[in-house]
Amino acid sequence: MLDRLGVDDVEALFDVPDGVAFDGEFGIDARGERTTRREAAKLLRRNTDLTEFLGRGHYAHYVPSVVDDLAGRSEFLTSYTQYQPEVAQGFLQALFEYQSMLVELTGLDVANCSMYDEATALGEAATLAQRVRSVSGDRILVPAQLREGKREVLANYADGPALVVESYPMADGQADVDALAEQVDADAAMVYAETPTVRGLIEERLAAVGEIAADHDALFCLGSDPVALALLERPADVGADVVVGDAASLGTGTAYGFGLGMFATREDYLRQVPGRLVGAGEDSDGRRAYTLTLQTREQHIRKERATSNICTNQAWVALRAAMHAAWLGPQGLVDLAEDCVTRARDLAGHLDDIVGVQAPVHDGHHFREFVAHTDQPAHAVVSDLARQGYAVHAIDEHLIQVATTEVTADAEDGFVRALAEVAR
Amino acid sequence: MTRYNQASWEDDDARYEPLLSEKATRAVNVDADALPDDLTRDSLELPDPAEPALARHYTRLSQMNYGVESGPFPLGSCTMKYNPSFTEDIAGLDAAAVHPDRPDDTVQGTLALCHRLQDYLGRIGGMDAVTLQPPAGAAGEFTGIQIAKAYHQHNGDPRSEVVVPASAHGTNFATAAMAGYDVVELPSGNDGRVDIDALDAAVGEETAALMLTNPNTLGLFERDIERIADIVHDAGGLLYYDGANLNALLGRARPGDMGFDVMHYNVHKTFATPHGGGGPGAGPVGVTADLAPFLPDPHVRERSGGPDDNRGDFEYYTPDRSIGKVHGYYGNWPVLVKAFAYIARLGDSGLADASAKAVLNANYLAERIPYEVPFGPFHHEFVASAAPQDAADAAKRMLDYGVHPPTTKWPEIVDEALMTEPTEGESKRSLDHLAAAFRAVHGEDDATLSTAPERTAAARIDQVSAAREPRLSWQALGSER
Repeated sequence: MLDRLGVDDVEALFDVPDGVAFDGEFGIDARGERTTRREAAKLLRRNTDLTEFLGRGHYAHYVPSVVDDLAGRSEFLTSYTQYQPEVAQGFLQALFEYQSMLVELTGLDVANCSMYDEATALGEAATLAQRVRSVSGDRILVPAQLREGKREVLANYADGPALVVESYPMADGQADVDALAEQVDADAAMVYAETPTVRGLIEERLAAVGEIAADHDALFCLGSDPVALALLERPADVGADVVVGDAASLGTGTAYGFGLGMFATREDYLRQVPGRLVGAGEDSDGRRAYTLTLQTREQHIRKERATSNICTNQAWVALRAAMHAAWLGPQGLVDLAEDCVTRARDLAGHLDDIVGVQAPVHDGHHFREFVAHTDQPAHAVVSDLARQGYAVHAIDEHLIQVATTEVTADAEDGFVRALAEVAR
Repeated sequence: MTRYNQASWEDDDARYEPLLSEKATRAVNVDADALPDDLTRDSLELPDPAEPALARHYTRLSQMNYGVESGPFPLGSCTMKYNPSFTEDIAGLDAAAVHPDRPDDTVQGTLALCHRLQDYLGRIGGMDAVTLQPPAGAAGEFTGIQIAKAYHQHNGDPRSEVVVPASAHGTNFATAAMAGYDVVELPSGNDGRVDIDALDAAVGEETAALMLTNPNTLGLFERDIERIADIVHDAGGLLYYDGANLNALLGRARPGDMGFDVMHYNVHKTFATPHGGGGPGAGPVGVTADLAPFLPDPHVRERSGGPDDNRGDFEYYTPDRSIGKVHGYYGNWPVLVKAFAYIARLGDSGLADASAKAVLNANYLAERIPYEVPFGPFHHEFVASAAPQDAADAAKRMLDYGVHPPTTKWPEIVDEALMTEPTEGESKRSLDHLAAAFRAVHGEDDATLSTAPERTAAARIDQVSAAREPRLSWQALGSER
């Protein structure tokens, strides 16, 4: 090959001036595949083996083996964005199916084929709200109880277009709708609410939130996840204009916050949607075929006038979520969601029987998780529990948060006994 | 000459493989005992395949999809290199599957791996500190520009413009606009590189940063990089490195040594993590020591605790003037694990070898194709001109020869561009096959090209009408059948 190019040495092909040339010494020793696997496994074994009763936005549901098997097929895993749709029908169809599932779950007209995670999807929703709003207004209203990470990401997205992020109060773990009504005015561009909330409560007055937003021409953005949406009120029925959330609760399991940003909205805002959209069209043989569409919204065509800078997204994670949803089927999804309600309720009941623990702290219906009061300092309870092999959240001086799903079902009894021991 | 017949499952004259919803759908009433009716939806209608049908559905879809393991994938600027299998096994370890809200002392393995990867990337880029949080290249750009913005604001010198070369990735323009900057587009010089006079004219006291890819999208090294850095720095601006083309330079040059202040790495390009049909990627950001206080929250560091404490060797902290978070948690963790594994496996010698082969392969392929390559010397990729053929049509025809075509019609500086990046993974035999595909297409008439492809799962798709009447879900198709 070098002969063909008329050079003796491959280094002759590099056109790097001496002033910036590097000697190649990173100081990273090469090692074999087997050694790399052994070393990485050894490194990761330093993670303590804990049974996690953790949630607050990142959830563990059982992912069937068939998802790993099918999503791992190299034609899916090693492909890329479908710039040549004729040779990428398989992935395009899978993404079209994913979009369709979100349309059913949200009741909204369109869903994109992914954002990075829930927090960045929320940020994109805020900038969309400003673009589509008919009058000026720069206030983004979010619940006072919100994951701090989500608030920080939103602040970064709000920075460029100079949006102002403000909190509205909560009452007993849910949106304080009366206080919200006072706070929303003509300058509100978007009102954001979540169900379940970060503390695991199912919001009971979403339609009222939607009305308040609509009365002021603000967008109503609702945060949720596909498991919860299988059971709870349809976002479209409570007036949601945009739905965001983490759809990786299906298909991925616990992965240190690795997410799948769900993004769905009304047809009115179609041309302002961020990210990729797959549409159905026709090929020259007259058969239905799929393609990326409405790409004039996107950065590679529209540059600085694009709806977002997003390019690489979470397509493969979306593929996994769709596979998992199809594996469960509608009844399976509804049953899983109902289990999230009864399991949280029952575990809260067991915790409430423990001396030194009151649970749940908030009245209302819970989904997957709840907050408990501990007479002992929460951080002490958390570290004592860790020594017994369990992890829960400490969210305030005397408040812990506990999440449970079918994955932790078998560990619940042991957890209750351990908490009883450390909470006295 | 290899010919390719992609599997195509044709259900009837109107469609290929039916949608899941067309195979088995069920509507169920939602009637939960645990909740009052007014808090639940009425019904849910979704596909309901049995597992064997599900497995067959997705297997067929996979057969109607082309990946790096199917054949050559010289999609310029995307670095579609082979994704080694062992990295999947490491990312899939049970010990890697932890919840992000655990206390630091219970995730010392995860933090240790993150710290090692931060260190590796810092060495590779010549950067003083690296955050792993941005979940993709464009997210890395946004992070880097937000850091630049915070830096200028902290210095009491807020600036309003970001300069971007005309041939840059679309994300650069979009990122600058998202961060609230005006975009100043820099025309390319006649040699395809930055025009120093034009740069001088474009840069001034409002310049927050210049975003640059090096080698640029034509594969050309910006030979005047030191002068470019001086011009930007003298005006008080920062130099941003788009890491999309880092695969050209491993071990030969480092952005930090070239004068760049902030950069992102595309680990799904340079460090072989699978592209997943459009993601997930990861876009770590490296900065100089001056910019380190502005890194996203939180950042991993070694603990300086006393010998008597047992809280582990690593911890998270919030950098002093952090821009806050850019991802809800810590970014795309499984992707980062794969990148770590790849770098550890290759080490200095393997990384340098990857770039050597990537550059050799691009040069060899360019030499063997009949299309003109107007600019050089190029590195890991080149941009050929399909003219007078239509580049998009030529690309469609290449599909019939069992290769994924190059990126087409971009950058615009080359007429009917075919942006070609074969990567280091292709053997000589495979490159010869690729070159034969280029030659075959080069010799074909417009009628053949404009009706191609003919051997892929679907025939030519009418993208214009798909966009004119968007049908984005099976619900939107509902009444048609």
